[in-house]
Amino acid sequence: MNAMLWQLVQIVLVVALAPLVTGYVRWAKARLNGRRGPAPIQPYRDLYRLLQKEAIVAHSASWIFRAAPYVTFASVWLAACIVPTFTTNMVLAPAADLIALVALLAVGRFWTALAGMDVGTSFGGLGASREMLIASLAEPAMLMVTFSLSLLSGTTAPAQIVAFILAGNVGVEVSLGLALAALVMVALAENGRIPIDNPATHLELTMVHEAMVLEYSGRHLAMIEAAAMIRLTLYIALIATLFAPWGIAQPGAGAAGVVIGMVAFLLKTFSLATTLALFETSIAKMRVFRYADFLGGALLLGLLATIFLYVSEAV
Amino acid sequence: MSQQFNYDIAHLIGATVLMAGFGLLYQRRVFAVLNTFAFQALALAAAAAWQAHIQDAPHLYFTAAIALLFKALAVPFALHWLVERLGIHRTVETALSIGWTMIVGVALVALSIMLVLPVTAAASALTRESLALAMSVVLLGMLMMITRRNAVTQVVGFMALENGLILAAVSAKGMPLVVEISIAFSVLVAMTLFGIFFFRIRERFDSLDVAYLESYRGDRS
Repeated sequence: MNAMLWQLVQIVLVVALAPLVTGYVRWAKARLNGRRGPAPIQPYRDLYRLLQKEAIVAHSASWIFRAAPYVTFASVWLAACIVPTFTTNMVLAPAADLIALVALLAVGRFWTALAGMDVGTSFGGLGASREMLIASLAEPAMLMVTFSLSLLSGTTAPAQIVAFILAGNVGVEVSLGLALAALVMVALAENGRIPIDNPATHLELTMVHEAMVLEYSGRHLAMIEAAAMIRLTLYIALIATLFAPWGIAQPGAGAAGVVIGMVAFLLKTFSLATTLALFETSIAKMRVFRYADFLGGALLLGLLATIFLYVSEAV
Repeated sequence: MSQQFNYDIAHLIGATVLMAGFGLLYQRRVFAVLNTFAFQALALAAAAAWQAHIQDAPHLYFTAAIALLFKALAVPFALHWLVERLGIHRTVETALSIGWTMIVGVALVALSIMLVLPVTAAASALTRESLALAMSVVLLGMLMMITRRNAVTQVVGFMALENGLILAAVSAKGMPLVVEISIAFSVLVAMTLFGIFFFRIRERFDSLDVAYLESYRGDRS
């Protein structure tokens, strides 16, 4: 019964928290740039405004264009529901595993790219092609991270990985450090954060994600933006859950454990968001031609993480 | 704190040195290469200090101080000054594209692991891991020397190679201080020689690209 309740809390939590996390990152970046910046709750207002507005659809658009925002939102939302954030005692926990997570995110990305090409504008196609370039490099890297974690813990389910690490079965492994670095690089790429893509730009030469969703308006745009916000929260939660699982309530912990888990989750999320803002302020965006080097680097780090598992005889 | 935890931290710092080695291969600007090198030396100093702490060997603090003063501060500053003084091209000229270099780098890490595994079959997993890390750093330094055209970046590759040797030395128990001091000073001497050498090459060829030297090799022309 509790498992059902916590799952519902999680489902609501990720949607409710995602705009705040995004708004907080924007606000922190503005402060670091010396601007006052909009309040962290601005994304809620933006989403509300977009939902009130009429959705304009191009004449050449097919049903794919209309369906894509909802499919993207649903797949990302579902992916966010299976990452344990404050407790591992959830209904979906047995079904959740990291490979399914990668697949769900891929579904969302696939539909966004399809929608980008559907209308037939040049920007949409350009954005879709770049997004697929990034995805084709980021996904293997993500899978390598998954493999090294699952070789170490013997499972691909995040809930069980958390239980394994919390039980003290694993020391400070070199592989974990490498996998963390790789996952951070993948997360930056997948969320279109600064070295890869600039989330704040509409400059035609540099945009990737924005180029694909340029044709959207109204409630469709609200869905797409909300999906992007949830994806950011999901990656932050995933990094916090896999590499710093302390505080997460285990099955059997009472309400107090869950409250501790919730507080720990919020602390971890906002400190990682602050780190992201600091990181984004301190470096510049890289050229499109260097994506392959950056994400290839992430893939190699994931590969090294797996190799080092065999040296340290952790498996 | 348990023994296992101590060794895990040591390996984590070792892996940071290795990552800095990959960072050296990844950078495309000479100044970024120098900064990465300074970071690698800093990680090396941390590794030496941590080993001094867990092995209870005070002389390793000396090694850490030498790494910090000479390799993390003096050498990068000197190279910085040289690059500015000589007005060298700020981009790194590579003989092999960056992506390929990284792939070869990972292959070298795998190679060093495969070499270390049979040789140290009798040793514990702990020694094996630190040896594998140090050997990878050495091989990456060599790779850097091979794949860079510019003399400054080749020197950085040489220094990185030497960082790997020190990393191996500090993780093995019972290396006398004399050896370390002599290594540190020979590197410093090498550094000075390289500096003079740079001036000579540039005076002669107006460039630090070592390809110009090749026409002076005996077996050609």
